[in-house]
Amino acid sequence: MSMMKNYDVVVIGAGVSGAAVARRLSAYRLSIALLEKEIDVSFGVSKANSGVIHGGFHHSPDLLKSRLEIQGNLMYDKLQRELHFPFRRCGILVAAFSTEEMRIVQELYNRGLANGAIGIELCNGDRMHMLEPKLNSDVMGGLFAPGGGIVEPYRLVFSLVESAVLNGVDLHTNFNVTRVDKSGKSGSGDREYVLHSSDGQSIRGRWVINAAGLFADRISGLFGAEEFRIHPRKGEEFLLDREASAHTSRVIFPVPNPVSKGMLVIPTVEGTTMIGPTALETDDKEDLATSSENFEKVFYSARRLIPAVSERDIITSFAGLRPSLEDGDFYIARSEMAVRFIQVAGIQSPGLTAAPAIAEYVKDLMKQGGLSLTEDPDYQGEIPAVPRFRSMSLHEQDAAVETDPAYGNILCRCENVSEAEVVAAIRRGHTSLDGIKFYTRAGMGRCQGGFCSYKILQILRRETGLPWEKITKRGGNSWIVRERISPAKTS
Amino acid sequence: MKHAEFDAVVIGGGASGLSAAAEMSRRGASVAVVEREESLGGILNQCIHNGFGLHQYNEELTGPEYAERCVTALDKLSVTVFTGMTVTQMEQEEGTHLLYGFSRESGMLRFRCRAIVLAMGCRERNRGNIGTPGTRPSGIFTAGLAQRLVNIDGMVPGRECVIVGSGDIGLIMARRMTWIGARVLGVIEIQPYPAGITRNIVQCLRDFDIPLYLSHSVTRIYGKNRISGVDVAPVGKAGGEASGAFHIPCDTLLLSVGLVPENEISRKAGVRLHPETGGPVVDARYMTSVPGIFACGNVLHVHDLVDYASEEARRCGESVLDFLSGVSIGEQIRVRTGRNVKYVVPGRLSVTGKNRFYLRSMVTGTGALLSVRLGGSEVLSRKLPYVQPSEMISFDLAAEEAISSRLASGEEETDLEVSLEIPKKEGT
Repeated sequence: MSMMKNYDVVVIGAGVSGAAVARRLSAYRLSIALLEKEIDVSFGVSKANSGVIHGGFHHSPDLLKSRLEIQGNLMYDKLQRELHFPFRRCGILVAAFSTEEMRIVQELYNRGLANGAIGIELCNGDRMHMLEPKLNSDVMGGLFAPGGGIVEPYRLVFSLVESAVLNGVDLHTNFNVTRVDKSGKSGSGDREYVLHSSDGQSIRGRWVINAAGLFADRISGLFGAEEFRIHPRKGEEFLLDREASAHTSRVIFPVPNPVSKGMLVIPTVEGTTMIGPTALETDDKEDLATSSENFEKVFYSARRLIPAVSERDIITSFAGLRPSLEDGDFYIARSEMAVRFIQVAGIQSPGLTAAPAIAEYVKDLMKQGGLSLTEDPDYQGEIPAVPRFRSMSLHEQDAAVETDPAYGNILCRCENVSEAEVVAAIRRGHTSLDGIKFYTRAGMGRCQGGFCSYKILQILRRETGLPWEKITKRGGNSWIVRERISPAKTS
Repeated sequence: MKHAEFDAVVIGGGASGLSAAAEMSRRGASVAVVEREESLGGILNQCIHNGFGLHQYNEELTGPEYAERCVTALDKLSVTVFTGMTVTQMEQEEGTHLLYGFSRESGMLRFRCRAIVLAMGCRERNRGNIGTPGTRPSGIFTAGLAQRLVNIDGMVPGRECVIVGSGDIGLIMARRMTWIGARVLGVIEIQPYPAGITRNIVQCLRDFDIPLYLSHSVTRIYGKNRISGVDVAPVGKAGGEASGAFHIPCDTLLLSVGLVPENEISRKAGVRLHPETGGPVVDARYMTSVPGIFACGNVLHVHDLVDYASEEARRCGESVLDFLSGVSIGEQIRVRTGRNVKYVVPGRLSVTGKNRFYLRSMVTGTGALLSVRLGGSEVLSRKLPYVQPSEMISFDLAAEEAISSRLASGEEETDLEVSLEIPKKEGT
C-alpha cells in the first residue's frame, strides 16, 4: 500500500468531459490521475455521437447546459489552434417545411437570441437554398446558425488527453473503479479516497471528479454520494462514402420535436456524410447493437431534408448511447454527501460543445470548495501536430517523405493513411485496432479495413512487441486471431 | 521529388497488370509497373489452392504458381517495376499524363507517360455494404482478409466459424478453415442458388459435410467484444423460430458477399464509370473516357477466372501499343445490353478489328440463346446450356461479319444489341 500513488485529483472517465477537466486542471500545480475503464480514451459515449458543435438555440436559457453550450462553442477556435483536432465552423441550418414548423423556428430563433447565440438568422426559402443548394426544394424557410460546426469527437478527446499527459497528468487505462475506501480519520480534513480497480490496482486521491458517463450513477454510489439514475438513450447513425452526392456544406437539422433534436444530415470534417441519430430508450448500458427497423426511419428522414441521400452510399452504421438524466439537464455540482467529490453527470447533447466550458466550470467549483490553484509556469497549451498525408499538398507530401520515409508507405488506400501516422498513434498509446482507426482513420473508409488491417497488425507487433493473439480490436476479449496454425492441423 | 518517364505506366502488379505490361514491352514500349504491395502477383499470392491457369497454360496451377509465371514472363523484357509504391493521383498535362507514386524506398516519384493502364483489381464488399444489424465485435472478416491471415501470416482467425455468402472465396475458405482445425458451422447464401462454381460446392462444402443454407441470411450479429453468434433466417420471413429462424453460436464470421472494382483514383482522374460493372466505361480498345487511360482485369469488371483477366489484359496492352504508335481504331459501333443481360464489356465494337466481348446474365436458366443483333439483323446466335449471373459469358465477333450484315441492313445509324433468350426461366 505504501507504493500506492497519491494524487490531488482523480478524474474518473476519459471521455470528452473527463479529458477536458483533466487538461484544464493540468495548468495548475496539481498531481492528477485520469482513469479510464476501457483500453483507450474516448471509447464510451464520446466515441459514437454526431460530432456537432451546437449553435446555442435548441435549449431554454434557464438550463445549465444552455449556458455551457454557448460558452463552450466560443472556446473551440482557441482549442483547435492548440490541439489540432479536425473542427470546422460550417454553420447549422434548421429546415422548416410548413408554417407550423416556421413558428417553432421562430421560437428557436428567440431562444437563440436569449441565449446569446452570435449571428443567428431567420431565413426564407430562397436564403435557405442559397445557403445549402442540396436542400429539398419544399423547404420554405428556417434558421441559420453560422457559429455551429462539426468536430471529430474522438480526435478531440485524444488531443485533450495528449495535452493533459504532456502537462503531467497520469493516464490509467483499463482501470475500472469497482470499490472505494476512505483513509485517514473520519471528520478530519485529510481524509482521502482509495480507488480500487476490478483487477486489483489501487490509487489514492483527495479530490474526485465523477465523469463516468453512462456509469456516473454507479460511481456516485461507490462514493456514498447522491443517488440518481443515468438513462441510456440509443442513437444509431449511418455513415456515407466520401463520394456521396448527399455531402452538404452545412449541418442540416429538421425542426425539433419535444424529445429530440431530430435526425440530421452531417457533413463530417473528414469529408464523409453522416445521417442520424435515432433516439431510443434502452435499459442496457452496453447495448450498442444496430437494428434493421431504424434504417427506413433514418433514411426517410434524411432524404426529406436532402433528397440526394442514398442508401447505396452506406459505408457502415453504428450506435452510441447518450447518458441522460431524468430532468434533461447536465448535473455538474459539488456533492453534498461526499467531500471533495464533483459530479459531472448527464452530459448528453450538447456535451461535446460544452466540454471546454464544463472544464472551466468544474475548476471553479473546486476552487470554491477550497482547492488552492497555483498556475504551473511550465504549462504548455499546445501539442505537436501530426501532419496527415491525406490533407497535405503534393509539395508537402514530397517534403514529408523526405523527412520521414514512413510517410511514403501508404497503408490505408481508402483514406490515404501512411505508416508514419500509424506509428504516431501507437507511440501515443493507441494500441488497439480501433484506437489506431480513430486516431488515423485507417480502416474507416469504404473497404472498412479489408486491405489495411493486416498491415496495421504488423506495425502494431513491430512497435509494441505484442504477439498476434494479444492484439485486440478494442481491449478485453476482442481478440483478432486465436493462435498460430499448429503444424499438426495443417496436413 | 524524383522523376521518371515511360511510354506507359501500369497501375497494379497483379495478373492483369503484369500481362498488359509484358505485352506492351514485348512490342517495344518502355513500361513501368507500380505495385503497392511489397511483391508482385496481387491477390494470387494468397490463393494457395489450385485451379488456376487451365485456359492459359492448360495446367492446374496454384495462385502463387500462376503469379510466378506472370512475373517470370517479364524476365526477358525490360519492364521497370516499383513495389511498395502507391499511386495517389493522376493528372493530364499537354497531352501527357502525370502520375504521383509514393513509397518508403523512392519517396515521391512523378511519372510522365503517354498512356496509363489501370489494373488495380477489386476489393471485397463488407458488412457495411450488406447492412447486417447487431453489435460490432471483433471476429468479422472479409473472406479475403481471413485468407491472407491464414495463408500468409499463418494465423487461425477463430475456431467456430460461419460464412456469409457462397462466393468462391467463401467456399475456398470454408475448406481452408476446416483444414486449420476450425469448425465451419454453415455457409449462408441469400440467393436460391450458390454464388460460387459447382466444383467448389462439391470440393469445399460437401466433402466436409458443411451445411449450405440457400435463401437464408444473417439477420443479427451478437457479441460485445468478440462475436458470440449470429441469427440466421429464411429470406423474406421475419425472425422467430416458427419461421425457420435459428441461432448459431460462433467466434468468427467470414463475409464473401461480392467484389467491387477499385476505382478511387480513376474517378479522381475523371474516368467515367459504368453503373453496372463499377469499372470504367471502355471502348473497343479498352480506352476509358479519358484519352490515353486504359483499363483491364478486375478493375474493369470482376472476372471469374484469372485466365480471362490475363487474356483481356494482353489485348488491352496490344491496343495501347496501337494508340502509342498512332494507329487509328477507325469506326466504332455502340454496344447495347438487351434482354436479360446485366452488362457487356467493352461497350464498343471495332469495325476494323477483332472483338471479344464479355457479358453477364441477369438470370439463371437452361437452354439459353445468346443473340447478337445489328440493325435488326442477327449477326451471332449461340446456344448456351446453362447461364447464371456468377458465370461470365464471352463471344468473339470479327469485324467482317459485323460490317457485312450492317451493309445488308442498309442502315447507317445503329447499335449492336446483345441479349439472352431463356425459354425455361428459373429465377431472376
